[in-house]
Amino acid sequence: MANIIYVDNNATTKVDPAVLEKMMPFFTEYYGNPSSMHNFGGEVMHHIEEARQKIAQFLNCSPIEIIFTSCGTESDNTAIAAALEAYPERRHVITTRVEHSAIMNQTKFLTKKGYTISYLNVDKYGMIDIEELRELISEKTAIVSVMYANNETGVIYPIEKIGKLCREKGVVFHTDAVQVAGKLPIDLKKLPVDMLSLSGHKLHAPKGIGVLYVRKGTRFKPFLIGGEQEHGRRGGTENVATIIGLGEACRLAEKHMAYENTEIRRLRDKLEKGILDAVPNSLLNGHKESRLPNTVNISFEYVEGEAILLLLNEQGICASSGSACTSGSIEPSHVLRAMGVPFTAAHGSIRFSLSRYNTEKEIDKIIEVAPPIIERLRSISPFWRRENAWLKEQEERERLQKQQKAVH
Amino acid sequence: MWEYTEKVKEHFFNPHNVGEIKNPSAKAEVGSLSCGDALYLTLKIDEKTNIIQDAKFMSFGCGSAIASSSILTDMIIGKTVDEAKKITNQDIADELGGLPRQKMHCSVMGYEALEKAIANYLGEQEPEEHTHDEGELICTCFQVTDATIARVVRENNITEVEDVTNFCKAVGGCGTCRTEVEDIIKQVQAEMALEKQQGNGSSATVANIPSPRLEKPKVLTNLQKIKLIEETIESDIRPGLMADGGNIELIDVVGNQILVKLQGACSSCPSASATIKHGVEARLKEIVGDDMFVEEVH
Repeated sequence: MANIIYVDNNATTKVDPAVLEKMMPFFTEYYGNPSSMHNFGGEVMHHIEEARQKIAQFLNCSPIEIIFTSCGTESDNTAIAAALEAYPERRHVITTRVEHSAIMNQTKFLTKKGYTISYLNVDKYGMIDIEELRELISEKTAIVSVMYANNETGVIYPIEKIGKLCREKGVVFHTDAVQVAGKLPIDLKKLPVDMLSLSGHKLHAPKGIGVLYVRKGTRFKPFLIGGEQEHGRRGGTENVATIIGLGEACRLAEKHMAYENTEIRRLRDKLEKGILDAVPNSLLNGHKESRLPNTVNISFEYVEGEAILLLLNEQGICASSGSACTSGSIEPSHVLRAMGVPFTAAHGSIRFSLSRYNTEKEIDKIIEVAPPIIERLRSISPFWRRENAWLKEQEERERLQKQQKAVH
Repeated sequence: MWEYTEKVKEHFFNPHNVGEIKNPSAKAEVGSLSCGDALYLTLKIDEKTNIIQDAKFMSFGCGSAIASSSILTDMIIGKTVDEAKKITNQDIADELGGLPRQKMHCSVMGYEALEKAIANYLGEQEPEEHTHDEGELICTCFQVTDATIARVVRENNITEVEDVTNFCKAVGGCGTCRTEVEDIIKQVQAEMALEKQQGNGSSATVANIPSPRLEKPKVLTNLQKIKLIEETIESDIRPGLMADGGNIELIDVVGNQILVKLQGACSSCPSASATIKHGVEARLKEIVGDDMFVEEVH
């Protein structure tokens, strides 16, 4: 694994060795159950509370507002389910067309259960229109859930404005901040957010640990029903070692926050410019400014993403794609499609997401090897630089489909 | 992660016969950009011997699409047209040492390109180009017809809807055609069971796959369905609404989804959604089919 260039940090990150070190004693040494009456177990609870304290400090909230979960998906699912349980007479949920599947597939499931879901549209930069949200909120709305930043494009949403609007209208507001934690400061004393999800493995803690922040005073019902852990808000024995790990990861993330927004941003910008300059017909997906400092998503027209990834993989470069073929699904990224990225480009999108472990040398290597890969695939593509009635026919068909959809 | 065989990787990393034959004896374009894979195949065929002397391809698609196209050209060069005609999508997949189930549609694309190119050479009427052939369009997202679905079900002995998606992408988009595809699977499987019983699963029967619709009048064609919906609205629903100063307009029928617009007093009526669910939808379910549902268009 020596020659791996890992630029897929929005998928998952490397556990910081300092984090791992803090976790280790909790497997074989302090393995007691925090709920036990004996000191051996009870002592572990103190460590959990210490970790909770560190996370609360990182988010500038109170420790009692932190609920540990197993992952970001559980946090998201819990938030929506809790609001619907707490307000049974409200059967309307508002979210966006670009959410992570943790929200997207839950809302699809809710549709089948008879709930009404409204999806906010996005413009070509992936940005929502707050006025559309204002019009959609009604007395039937149980919860508004808008991600803090998008996992595919890195686009950052106006969470403060959305939160204010929801307060005004008296509706619970949840945000999936999984991609934001560690990349931008989160200050819950200032942010008008009622619930917020985060996930350990996106900020150099291990997989299997998530957090749901629930603001004091927010009506809440547990999703996992069991013991009295987490003040009766989430059943199940605490995943102690990962909780300790997340506490430490949050403490470290705070220290690295400035670096994230200066050096990593610089490397990301270098990568972005390097590729866009070198490859014709390549386009940036997402908002140029309102974007996470570590993420860049580029579409290469007339080639397919999985093929690009395979060739990058041969060079040891780990990235990801919004192409249909990589996800096992048949349609390209719902995020890019919601933004109106045409099929010519949507299938050939590649996301590079950096972390503090990336070096300038690695970025230079990607800038060097990516353009010939695209060129190679284009030399096979029937749509590239050929006088092509076929392509025109395809583009015309897509235009017509769009029109038809607009009518519906 | 990609569970590709060495053979797939070999043909992806170093594809054979890339390019385009100038003034080809036969050519075919299949697939589309929207579907995420497309193949352009050109052949040079000796007119006296009918032997395929050369084949070249250009492909837009994932690793297995490129590998399938590449190996297809290897497989057909040197064969006569009649021999090449016998190649199936399963042969292409086998030659690659197998393909992941979700990638079987790549081999189907190769097969379709070959079929179309040969028809082009023989001057036959274009066979079902599978994006707009003669059959009835079932999956509008990926432009797949009942004939194509019936064929992949039969040739690959498919029993699950998920496999239909794996082989020809149908149902992979909005999913509204799921029940129709389930019906086609049932129909074709029943036919195949019958053929087996009679011990005559010969190619003659295979070639004459009856349209599932014709044999099963209980499943309405789209046209019949729309007519029935119109009639039901006209005679059963509209009069009641008009009595209350309202009206209804049928906008479209997409799979089992009936799109309507309420007008007049109905459009501003606070109980409009109840009217739709309990009045309009209930009646249409009763008359047209249980799986129909109604959505209001504003």
